[in-house]
Amino acid sequence: MTTSPLFEYAPAPESRSIVDVRPSYGLFVDGEFVDGSGETMKTVNPATEEVLSEVAVGTEADVDRAVRAARRAFTRVWGPMRPADRGKYLFRIARILQERAREFAVLESLDNGKPIRESRDVDVPLAAAHFFSHAGWADKLAHAGLGPDPRPHGVAGQVIPWNFPLLMLAWKVAPALATGNTVVLKPAETTPLTALLFAEVCRQADLPPGVVNVVTGAGDTGRAVVEHADVDKVAFTGSTEVGRSIARAVAGTRKVLTLELGGKAANIVFDDAPIDQAVEGIVRGIFFNQGHVCCAGSRLLVQESVHDEVIASLQRRIGTLRVGDPLDKNTDVGAINSAEQLARIRELSEIGEAEGAHRWQPACDLPDRGFWFPPTVFTDVSPAHRIARDEVFGPVLSVLTFRTPDEAVAKANNTTYGLSAGIWTEKGSRILAIADRLRAGVVWANTFNQFDPTSPFGGYKQSGYGREGGRQGLAAYLRGAS
Amino acid sequence: MTHVLDPGTLAAGTRPGPGPGTAFDDVTRSDAALRAFLHGLPGVDQVGAEQRAATLGTRSIKTTAKAWAIDTAISMVDLTTLEGADTPGRVRSLAAKARRPDPTDPTAPSVAAVCVYGDLAGVAKEALADTGIHVAAVATAFPSGRASREVKLADVRDAVANGADEIDMVIDRGAFLAGRYLEVFEEVVAVKEACTRPDGTGSAHLKVILETGELVTYDNARRASWLAMLAGADFIKTSTGKVSPAATLPVCLVMLEAVRDFRAATGTQVGVKPAGGIRTTKDAVKHLVLVNETVGADWLSPDWFRLGASSLLNDLLLQRQKLRTGHYSGPDHVSVD
Repeated sequence: MTTSPLFEYAPAPESRSIVDVRPSYGLFVDGEFVDGSGETMKTVNPATEEVLSEVAVGTEADVDRAVRAARRAFTRVWGPMRPADRGKYLFRIARILQERAREFAVLESLDNGKPIRESRDVDVPLAAAHFFSHAGWADKLAHAGLGPDPRPHGVAGQVIPWNFPLLMLAWKVAPALATGNTVVLKPAETTPLTALLFAEVCRQADLPPGVVNVVTGAGDTGRAVVEHADVDKVAFTGSTEVGRSIARAVAGTRKVLTLELGGKAANIVFDDAPIDQAVEGIVRGIFFNQGHVCCAGSRLLVQESVHDEVIASLQRRIGTLRVGDPLDKNTDVGAINSAEQLARIRELSEIGEAEGAHRWQPACDLPDRGFWFPPTVFTDVSPAHRIARDEVFGPVLSVLTFRTPDEAVAKANNTTYGLSAGIWTEKGSRILAIADRLRAGVVWANTFNQFDPTSPFGGYKQSGYGREGGRQGLAAYLRGAS
Repeated sequence: MTHVLDPGTLAAGTRPGPGPGTAFDDVTRSDAALRAFLHGLPGVDQVGAEQRAATLGTRSIKTTAKAWAIDTAISMVDLTTLEGADTPGRVRSLAAKARRPDPTDPTAPSVAAVCVYGDLAGVAKEALADTGIHVAAVATAFPSGRASREVKLADVRDAVANGADEIDMVIDRGAFLAGRYLEVFEEVVAVKEACTRPDGTGSAHLKVILETGELVTYDNARRASWLAMLAGADFIKTSTGKVSPAATLPVCLVMLEAVRDFRAATGTQVGVKPAGGIRTTKDAVKHLVLVNETVGADWLSPDWFRLGASSLLNDLLLQRQKLRTGHYSGPDHVSVD
């Protein structure tokens, strides 16, 4: 009864021709595209394994050049600039992002594998919104409640992940620039292209050279950015494992650090929940962006009295998900970002089965080439199973049950992470009472995976520290602010 | 691919499943029981329902899919005229259009039904003789429903006697909003009985109009849907078209979820008819997407899904011509109503 053979949607691919992918890219340093001094790496379209472009792997020398350019720009131009003028640049960048939205959306879907519907309706508009929001803050920092005269740190070294390449760039770059810092940004190894297109936007906006520098590469390049002696502030989003090593590297230096790491969020469905919308929220929580979301609702905690009803409804709904070509406007679930990530998802799913959980996947045809994993639900999961504890970072949902609100809270908090959580109930007082007791940075009520530039985002425990977005997010980029 | 109704299917009154009488007999035994049941249905989160409908609204329906959707939508139209100024001549002209919507193209399907006031049902019936196109008549003191039950039932019997194949009744929104659910339920049951043809040739199909624009909340729309289905509705319909807002995507979503759940619980399938406010091909296609992804193929036929509209048909025809010829024509290339 799911996707009907009667009403077959014809392919509706977004045109690739809007974006001009160059065969190779250098680094963006001091306002210019320059060749790297080291090797190059290929970036591929995960949906087809087609090589999209070759990009430079930044060396220590390249990073040093970028940091020196950022320092110069900070001392001579960006630091002394009138805050209102900094705001103008940010507004200009935000508008250009909107004007070139389709280009960014197509490029993001090509390089990352996410469906065009999401890059078009979520990633790119939110990235622009972050620049707009922070542009407004630039000349109001003295009134943000962060001290009478908050000052920028100087040079910010920022390392971002591959799940939301442009959006995570915006989360990092917008507050850094609004507060008067300059930036050396290292995009993820598998998704460098939109950051390089953003570099072009910086030129188009006449941003002074050196204010934003983009150094592509892999882990070693990121390490060079983080460990560079002249970087004042380090911001990282990515895995808890890498986050730990960054914390070690920064310990004992003058650098300030914010980390936004993994998660294993509980999505709690009470028996008085609006079931149809809860099912939508569960789907959005775990299958949005193929589950490559640090705050994904990967643990469904459902009250035993409605377990069967919710699972049946969920399975029917998952059967309607359209998995396939990320550039097709009707695709709901795209490709897994890399072979490496696909291997990890497969491994954890096999462990789940071996440990006794029951795996369910809808019948769905996956393309022959590229990296694909079908939407997956594990039922009969115990809190002791690894799929209930480890972050899968893929379209894999683990279903656990509870009987009372206390049990729900205990199970939800029983994780080493604490980034986000969801509560589904029609009872307002229960929402407030449960939210108070959840140790998670973001708690969504009767919705999931909603983001806004004015809302702070960040974690408890091994999900990291510091906040991004909102007034709280500004504090991370200002001295003397708390 | 077209969907002309087989005239025999509806008249025979055969429906799959055991009928609503079995599973939920006890919930209508008292006002308190019915109230407890309706208020025990899962709630509808407004933000979530609207978000889901909006997301489905972004589906991109092109080429072959669009051609199929346009023809299917035409075949689901209840071509409607409900004006005080309606005359037999006006109804006959609408019937001619229903029969052959695009005079220049015989491959265009005919519509599902013509919807008129009860006194004109006979005119419509005559004009549509041997076409398989149904005559739907609004009744029960449409659109307000503010009359005594006797008057409403007389209205229904009169329309049925005039040859209506389908009766579009309105529920008593005043009683519903005041919480007198059993009263509303009993009225629908009584109207259902009045739909029986005196000559023993079965029963007119009953569509129950909830007038969701007056019920306001999605919770109410879901409860009213269940109430109507428990009372024996063959179709549940959003609106009279006389109240704004009329049919919206989220309210149609909530009603589709209700018929889906009702069939799962009872085995009985009930149809859905959004009416009022659907004016463009885009709107119609969005509704078909909603059906496709909420309840699936079983509802994708005029037996189970209708679009109550008047101006929509011309836009569907213009888009159909555009698909065939590659260029847009203009309003003079379709007939005025």
